[in-house]
Amino acid sequence: MGQLLRLATAGSVDDGKSTLVGRLLYDTKSVLADQLDAVHRASVDRGLATPDLSLLVDGLRSEREQGITIDVAYRYFATPRRSFVLADTPGHVQYTRNTVTGASTAQLAVLLVDARKGVVEQTRRHAAVLALLGVPRLVLAVNKIDLVDYHEQTFVLIAKDFTAHAAALGYQDADVLSVPVSALVGDNVVDRSDRTPWYQGPTLLEHLETVPAEEERPNAPFRFPVQYVIRPRTPEHPDYRGYAGQVAAGSVAAGDEVLVLPGGQRCRVDRVHTADGDVPRAVAGESVTVLLSEDVDIARGDLFAAVDRPPRLTDELDATVCWLADQPLRPGARVLVKHGTRTVHALVADLLARFDEQRLESTADPDSVRLNEIARVRVRTARPLAVDDYRACRRTGAFLVMDPVDGSTLAAGLVGSPLPLPGHARPAGRGEPVDGVGSS
Amino acid sequence: MTIHATTPAGGGAAESRTAPAPRALESEAIHVFREVAGEFDRPVILFSGGKDSTLLVWLAIKAFWPAPVPFPLLHVDTGHNFPEVLEFRDRLVAEHGLRLVVAEVEHWLADGRLVERPDGTRNPLQTVPLLDSIAEHRFDAVFGGGRRDEERARAKERVFSLRNSFGQWEPRRQRPELWNLYNGRHQPGEHVRVFPLSNWTELDVWAYIAREGVPLPSLYFAHEREVFARDGMLLTSGPWGGPRDGEAVRRATVRYRTVGDGSCTGAVESTASTVDEVIDEVAASRLTERGATRADDRLSEAAMEDRKKEGYF
Repeated sequence: MGQLLRLATAGSVDDGKSTLVGRLLYDTKSVLADQLDAVHRASVDRGLATPDLSLLVDGLRSEREQGITIDVAYRYFATPRRSFVLADTPGHVQYTRNTVTGASTAQLAVLLVDARKGVVEQTRRHAAVLALLGVPRLVLAVNKIDLVDYHEQTFVLIAKDFTAHAAALGYQDADVLSVPVSALVGDNVVDRSDRTPWYQGPTLLEHLETVPAEEERPNAPFRFPVQYVIRPRTPEHPDYRGYAGQVAAGSVAAGDEVLVLPGGQRCRVDRVHTADGDVPRAVAGESVTVLLSEDVDIARGDLFAAVDRPPRLTDELDATVCWLADQPLRPGARVLVKHGTRTVHALVADLLARFDEQRLESTADPDSVRLNEIARVRVRTARPLAVDDYRACRRTGAFLVMDPVDGSTLAAGLVGSPLPLPGHARPAGRGEPVDGVGSS
Repeated sequence: MTIHATTPAGGGAAESRTAPAPRALESEAIHVFREVAGEFDRPVILFSGGKDSTLLVWLAIKAFWPAPVPFPLLHVDTGHNFPEVLEFRDRLVAEHGLRLVVAEVEHWLADGRLVERPDGTRNPLQTVPLLDSIAEHRFDAVFGGGRRDEERARAKERVFSLRNSFGQWEPRRQRPELWNLYNGRHQPGEHVRVFPLSNWTELDVWAYIAREGVPLPSLYFAHEREVFARDGMLLTSGPWGGPRDGEAVRRATVRYRTVGDGSCTGAVESTASTVDEVIDEVAASRLTERGATRADDRLSEAAMEDRKKEGYF
């Protein structure tokens, strides 16, 4: 999967994010003639002198009428070096939940700021959300550099401000790049600008094409949530019993011993099967069917894991939630938790702390957690889950919080406390400390 | 069959999409099929005979191999089908032991639940039979071949897209879709549209069809047929009608880029007679497939958004 890069964009209203995405599509020639004609027509209708590239990506009529982006839009473009899946996430403040959506699968995020305004509250909030969700790399696109007359010092100060914020969130310098761009004019997006001779780094697209597109950690322990049991019971396959799923982390091969959780049995992998035949080894991201040598009772919701490095089996989660629902979260809330392929009833027992992502501070014992807020909570589940810390494994450290009545998605949940925030200590007098990373 | 990236003149931006992306996309789609099979009671695959829905069936077969596909196909038949497509459909169903449910628009017209449109186009008439069939069979998950690259309103579609009890799409009620943890919970009467091909582009679809040798109706490849021009499209005569006064008929070598209601699906002039030639053509094309050949999307800038809200695919 080396040639596919999943990225997300985030920025505040009027930072020109849609224009930047439009520019990437336009300059990589991913825009086809009829789409372009439609943009030209619509631009003329509105009395604009030049085509408004943001019209390429602002899809819903209500968005075009209001001139803002409401919902995550997925865009596809490609260069000879790579294909890109871009989640274009809205900047409007009440839609921050969409940033979480875009970031959950992103390998890199592009944050936009207006060169005239620099790093603002939304930038800090978005960066914190991106850090929380474990997006490995950030790019700060300092947009509208033409409107500050390509002034080097303006760019340098903004970049410095942002790099400091990113460092506080746990990013290494090497994982953060700042680029001066003008989406409108095209400076340093795809083509290098001769108006920023003081900038030596790559253009935005050059960086996207060459940045390591790291998937899961190479040595991650094997994780495989069982999705579905395949039992043909046909004359050709009377005894076939395969466990279908997508490798969440690590890899698996015939002959490997795996631990079946929550049952705790150890089983030998007999075959790793696909519709195209057996494969010698399946790695993270691949959908396969695992056949075992032993006959064990295994169902959807079970998890196969490496025997030597198993996940933690627990019915009490110390977790971080990004609250995405209009109704606030209060202690004692009854919810559903979907983790891997298992959905269980759960109780949010305690609200431990609420984070202020802007100031990187936390408030202990909040009464409630509201839309777009991030909080550390303790969740008790009706049945045990086999979890990893989110920082160790994104796929088995993540869970959804859902409303048991109407089924809506309430929160993005992450096992552990992925943000390296100061003032993190649990409030006293609330029982024994919750252990952090690792297995017990 | 294997696929190598052939670079058409001027098609540099597209060539790399054929490389390893298809494997990742296949795994993603298979994961989606299995999630639905694991969480829903009565899923169904919407099948039109077009390449995207054929690809869906192909991936469903792979997802549950060697067991049979654990759900049926639903074809909303406008009565304006190309005969090649119906033949193809019946052969596919027979070869793979699939179950097929057909909702015939004619039945809805015959008993007055639907009225023929003045222009004779039946694409917009599919919505009611579709929703009626979903209710009648109590389908709770409906797979569609929609891709986000097709159109701007679709770019915002979720992989799991909740529809209310009227079958309608409400943009502001769509759930955030996090990681690959899909939320398929719904209330009685509601259903979920599921789009396993969300992240595929037209070129990805063709590259995969080439690699896997997925069979397609012959319409997709160059053939000779009598056509007439209308609204910049090449239409052909059929049960849906023929040329109007002043629309000259001529013989041309054409192929179809999408397969739909005959009254509004146009052909493009093309000599591409193999999958590889089609890929070259698609890569070099300067028109998106819908803009080139679908009259129904040209009605207005927001045509697709409006039809989605009504419960269209």
